Amino acid sequence: MRDLYGRFGPWLSTVFLSLVFIWLAGMVLAPNLMMIDYALRPNLPPAAIGGPDDGYSLNNILYLAGEATHRAIFLKTIWASALVALVTFLVCYPIAFWMAQRATTGQLSVALLLIIIPFFINEVLRTLAWFIILAYRGPLNAVLTNLGLIDAPIRWQGDGGVLAAMVYAYILFMLLPIYNAIESLEKAQIEAARDLGASPWRIHTRVVIPHAKAGIATGFVFTFMLAAGSYVAPALLGSPGSRWFTEIIYNWFFEGGDWNRGAAYALVLLVLCLAVVLITLRIARVNLADVAK
Amino acid sequence: MSVADRIFRGLFVLYLAAFALYLFAPLIIMGAAAFNESRFPTVIPWQGTTTDWFGAMWADRAMWQSLWTSVLVALCVVVVVVPVGTAAALVLTSLHARARSFAYAVMVSPLLTPGVVIGISTLILWRQLGVGGGVFLIVLAQSTFIICYVMLMVMARLQRFDRTQEEAALGLGASRGMVFRRVTLPFLKPALLASGGLAVLQSIENYNTTLFVRGFETPLTVFIATKVRTGLTPAVNALALVIIVATVLGAIAYEIARRRQAARPRG
Amino acid sequence: MSHSVELAQIGMTFGTTRAVSDVSFKVEQGEFFSILGPSGCGKTTILRMIAGFIEPTEGRVLIGGRDMKGLGPNQRPTAMIFQSLALFPLMPVWENIAFGLEARGVGKAERRRKADELLRLIALEGYGDRMPGELSGGQRQRVAIARALAVEPGVLLLDEPLSALDLKLRQHMRAELRALQKRTGVTFIYITHDQSEALAMSDRVAVMSAGLLQQVATPRELYDNPATAFVARFVGETNAISGRISDVQDGRARIDTALGILSGRAGQGARAGQQGTIYIRPEALMPGDPVNALDARIERVDFEGAFALVHGRFADGAALAASVPSTRLADAPAPGAETRFGFAPEHAVVLGDA
Ligand SMILES: Nc1ncnc2c1ncn2[C@@H]1O[C@H](COP(=O)(O)OP(=O)(O)O)[C@@H](O)[C@H]1O
Ligand SMILES: [Mg+2]
Repeated sequence: MRDLYGRFGPWLSTVFLSLVFIWLAGMVLAPNLMMIDYALRPNLPPAAIGGPDDGYSLNNILYLAGEATHRAIFLKTIWASALVALVTFLVCYPIAFWMAQRATTGQLSVALLLIIIPFFINEVLRTLAWFIILAYRGPLNAVLTNLGLIDAPIRWQGDGGVLAAMVYAYILFMLLPIYNAIESLEKAQIEAARDLGASPWRIHTRVVIPHAKAGIATGFVFTFMLAAGSYVAPALLGSPGSRWFTEIIYNWFFEGGDWNRGAAYALVLLVLCLAVVLITLRIARVNLADVAK
Repeated sequence: MSVADRIFRGLFVLYLAAFALYLFAPLIIMGAAAFNESRFPTVIPWQGTTTDWFGAMWADRAMWQSLWTSVLVALCVVVVVVPVGTAAALVLTSLHARARSFAYAVMVSPLLTPGVVIGISTLILWRQLGVGGGVFLIVLAQSTFIICYVMLMVMARLQRFDRTQEEAALGLGASRGMVFRRVTLPFLKPALLASGGLAVLQSIENYNTTLFVRGFETPLTVFIATKVRTGLTPAVNALALVIIVATVLGAIAYEIARRRQAARPRG
Repeated sequence: MSHSVELAQIGMTFGTTRAVSDVSFKVEQGEFFSILGPSGCGKTTILRMIAGFIEPTEGRVLIGGRDMKGLGPNQRPTAMIFQSLALFPLMPVWENIAFGLEARGVGKAERRRKADELLRLIALEGYGDRMPGELSGGQRQRVAIARALAVEPGVLLLDEPLSALDLKLRQHMRAELRALQKRTGVTFIYITHDQSEALAMSDRVAVMSAGLLQQVATPRELYDNPATAFVARFVGETNAISGRISDVQDGRARIDTALGILSGRAGQGARAGQQGTIYIRPEALMPGDPVNALDARIERVDFEGAFALVHGRFADGAALAASVPSTRLADAPAPGAETRFGFAPEHAVVLGDA
């Protein structure tokens, strides 16, 4: 703080600190605390608030554990989000490696541009695009039927559609960190490994991936978090049998009318995401400071 | 080149092609569907080429209303996030190493919070204060995490800043205010412009957070998502195509400006 | 107002690092004063305390007799030239130079006029509208100087300003700086780790080591009469031979070494019966000189024209460095040979070991 003061003088320092304080206290901390408060209180009619029935308890959170459908959907959201992250990784890794180690400067700038363009387009539109492709009488079914690969149109909407659209939406969050990480690997190291007779598989598992693990962990963390917290893709592409946890939260707020339970569910989602972030970073021994770049 | 290498190369080119197809087919199909006469947006079967859907979109008052809401929100967001994000970056880079890593973790936490949670927590807090969803809450909720992006971009630029410039200015008799205005701020300007642009994009494209705090407002993303569920016609594709073309042109213009900036000699 | 600079027992501690301790000296108005010392010895820290970028943890800084405590860098009559120059990259050269005037509320036309005047002074007329990035290293150096002079400071603080330049330019800039100082009469406090630079330019030099002041003296005195072993070794080259001081009389000291009894001027801490060291400059050692005779084996002779640098080992294994005028080279045989060197007692100094 003294540094800041010495650098910008009392006036500007006060302005800067106030802005940051308003942000962190008023926009980050206070809303989360209030959400926790809501999550721990029962849903009461206005007259009963502060009355004998009001008080803190874990009932709203325990309700999630006891409700079989919600619990199943919650668990499914976890593994499905992990699956999204894994598939995204598999799709992105080869191209990230190619861009970082093999592509010429010209190829690289074209590739970067091509990859960034879809990212600039809004997530709702990207999902809409998949909605059209995957429609029952849409182009994908038409192409597959015409090619004779399937006899009758397939109903893609549901888990498969959600997966395709989510992977599509989060490619950039996986690709860029991995690309940056592999880029810093000296070409000579790969050549040395090859020279020593390592197979391509070994080169990747023993040299490239360990080097890029910070980037990979970052990609996983972001993709998982975005997938678990996404609402558009499951809402537009899901089927009644493929509900996502965020949809239940939404329903508590705008259909079920129980904000306290909704807050409890949102809190669970938040804790889940933070836990995944911290565990992943711990496993990969990555510092939080390296994540956001 | 050995046979194995050749097969490997062939497979890789195939993979690249598949990747490119995956990346662009959805956008192309969505754009093309805007020109199909079919009432439901699709490309197969092609029922005749038309530009009527653009007219339908143009005539849709609700669309204009939602576009206006989105633009209004985006402008407010820029006004909030650029100063706050810049302040956060300056505070962070002025802190000592130990305090810095803690503050950093706190300041990037909104990026690691799911968007729906940000929306929900903002909604709850402000309901308690008697304020319901609407433009004000949308701006607030979106800003919560867009500030992080601004902060990161400004910090990246600050890392290349030689702080002795500030001392030099001070030593020449400048007041702190003048040092900031004449030395620090001009250096940050490219990052401020870039992060302002990014903030507009992030704001307009946001859905997950906005959904919870929108109240009775219908920003563009909500408008489109609702259309998908209640009555999807190629007019929505026409709108999508216009947005895509606008964002791509914007992105290209931004990239050109950035490269020109980077190519400029500096001292 | 006079612009003398006085440091009274100043010290600076950063956390656990003791960067400067108990340094006192006084720089007179209009003096060219250098602070010399190896990298990391606290020179920059001292300069920054004078400029007001940091407050000393102990002691006081006085400029023109006034205590500067609590005054920021923008309130002191000093201007600093940074090691990195710190030109403002986004302002054209003239705005850089006129920045200090802008801070003082001088109007634009007047600023431009003053900037052009200074550009003439540094021989960069017509460069005002260039950007700093478009100048060469030497030109940017001069712009930094002009920028500091524009505010007409009483004291100019220069932090190794020539270290980024190549040798030739550096030598040229030395002369220019010196001339500029004489012309303007501004007090210069100049930091360098290059002893030849300090000796060539300064009226007086302060030598520092590990945060401690070693000696403040004219270049000549430093060279001839180093106060400490550190100064003797750091300023110029030297041959050091240790032994026991046997006798101190009339400013002369005799020292009993493994190579025989040698005599030189008695310096600081030279008391009979104590351990001491005699320091002999390379140019004092003459082959064939019978006084203070020392036997050595020659290992290498680097002929440099007017002089030849002779490297070898004394009989006890210590390194020998002698700079022999070419005219006397006939007396110094080829590498491998044993040769006897001698030196006049006035050209060596005996210091007591600390
Ligand atoms: N801001 C600082 N924080 C901590 N230590 C510092 C700081 N500035 C200088 N030091 C330490 O003080 C000592 C002297 O540094 P400095 O004055 O820069 O030396 P010089 O300029 O002679 O090379 C060094 O050990 C350096 O690491
Ligand atoms: Mg220094």
